[in-house]
Amino acid sequence: MAKEIIRADHVGMKFNLSKEKVDSLKEYVIKSLKRQLEYNEFWALKDISFTLEKGDRLGILGLNGAGKSTLLKVIAGVFKPTEGKVYKKGKIAPLLELGAGFDMQYTGAENIYLYGAVLGYSKKFIDEKFDEIVAFSELNKFIDVPLKNYSSGMKSRLGFSIATVVAPEILILDEVLSVGDAKFRKKSEGKIMSMFDKGVTVLFVSHSLEQVCRLCNKAVILDHGKIKAFGAIEEVADVYRKMLE
Amino acid sequence: MRERMKNFFRYRFLLGELVKKGIKLKYRRSYLGILWSLLEPLLTTAVLTIVFGTLFGNDDATFPVYILSGRLLYTFFSQGTTGALKSIRANASMIKKVYVPKYLYPLSSVLFNYIIFLISLAVLIVLAMVFRVFPTLYILWTIPCLALLLLLSYGVGMILATIGVFFRDMEYLWNVLLMLVMYTCAIFYYPEKLLKSGYGWILKWNPLYCIIANFRHAVFGEPVHLKMFLYAAAFSIGSLVLGLIVFYRKQDEFILQI
Repeated sequence: MAKEIIRADHVGMKFNLSKEKVDSLKEYVIKSLKRQLEYNEFWALKDISFTLEKGDRLGILGLNGAGKSTLLKVIAGVFKPTEGKVYKKGKIAPLLELGAGFDMQYTGAENIYLYGAVLGYSKKFIDEKFDEIVAFSELNKFIDVPLKNYSSGMKSRLGFSIATVVAPEILILDEVLSVGDAKFRKKSEGKIMSMFDKGVTVLFVSHSLEQVCRLCNKAVILDHGKIKAFGAIEEVADVYRKMLE
Repeated sequence: MRERMKNFFRYRFLLGELVKKGIKLKYRRSYLGILWSLLEPLLTTAVLTIVFGTLFGNDDATFPVYILSGRLLYTFFSQGTTGALKSIRANASMIKKVYVPKYLYPLSSVLFNYIIFLISLAVLIVLAMVFRVFPTLYILWTIPCLALLLLLSYGVGMILATIGVFFRDMEYLWNVLLMLVMYTCAIFYYPEKLLKSGYGWILKWNPLYCIIANFRHAVFGEPVHLKMFLYAAAFSIGSLVLGLIVFYRKQDEFILQI
């Protein structure tokens, strides 16, 4: 019996897309007096349920605005679902937005500690892995330079190196990882593949069916926030091809 | 609850990092750096002493110590609460991308201001020595006063942070309210005249004044005013409880607003 790692239980996520953003007190009072406070309710996700077992690699397919990124953020814990619950076991490495929490005035070295802390690492862990992070990012020469002087490629290289230094149980990937130049991309793909081999559970969002077929064993299609198909990759791929026609 | 404690310990390193970041970045790229947290209160005290001491004819020898002790406490309250008020919006890009317990943002901004404030208390010690205000046993009362100040600032900060997410106006409104708080704290005047007039309640209802007044009693070696101390304690704990409640109730909606 394989171990259940992630279970989404009737997850729903509602956004209020008010036509104009009401964030001043005056507007709020006036509009509520005039009863103009209308909210455009929008369900980005509705009734999403599935389970993943250890080692499952789930490809998430769907058109733009289908709710793929929202689903990843709900699972990563950034959004709290309006309805339902997500159960998860183990450490998550969200490679969603690399470098969230970077401070531009801080140097690279200071940012390693800051971003590591944001990801929930301990000080001891970062102390141990510091050299490994620097070596992987190939930024030895620039590690004491403030981040605002980095190129965007250098920033994402640093972000990737910090985020992948752990051995996570769950890996969350959004789109193709296009980190840095061709050489670094190859290296980062190699790193992710080695995580795959260790039996990590993966959630992977992509528009490329070919890539999903290559990397994943299961897939889900989202359509306007609902699950259209879920199951083994071959079956779902057929559905998706038909959908695109 | 146990889950929460576990979470707190897991993120205490992040809390430390955020506090460190606040302190480090505040004075980065200024030549005198952290020295400014000593120099700035000293210089403003000099200005206030000239204006309210010399020009208004208040020639009490220990007046600068009186001013500085009030000003230091007020400045922390003002900067800590304003920082907390803005903390959620200031970290919006982070909140949208990774999961971090949200109370860490107002907490870290209050704490880093508190540490700078504690450092700047050194100026008060030196100034007290210079003007021959020597410590007595009553000085120990400063500790509970400073603890109350922290509780009050964090409690008020949490309430403001929550309101600030939904209404940006709060930032401007709070600036005005802080001015009111400042003038009713008796920072650069002696409160006796006001207390004896019919308007004494303005001061007595201000919890920050109660803390400042007791802090001064402790510094000048006088017994504390117990009733004011208890009122300030009740107010601080009340605001902390209220702050925690509103913050926890609303924190999941923050991300939809910022």
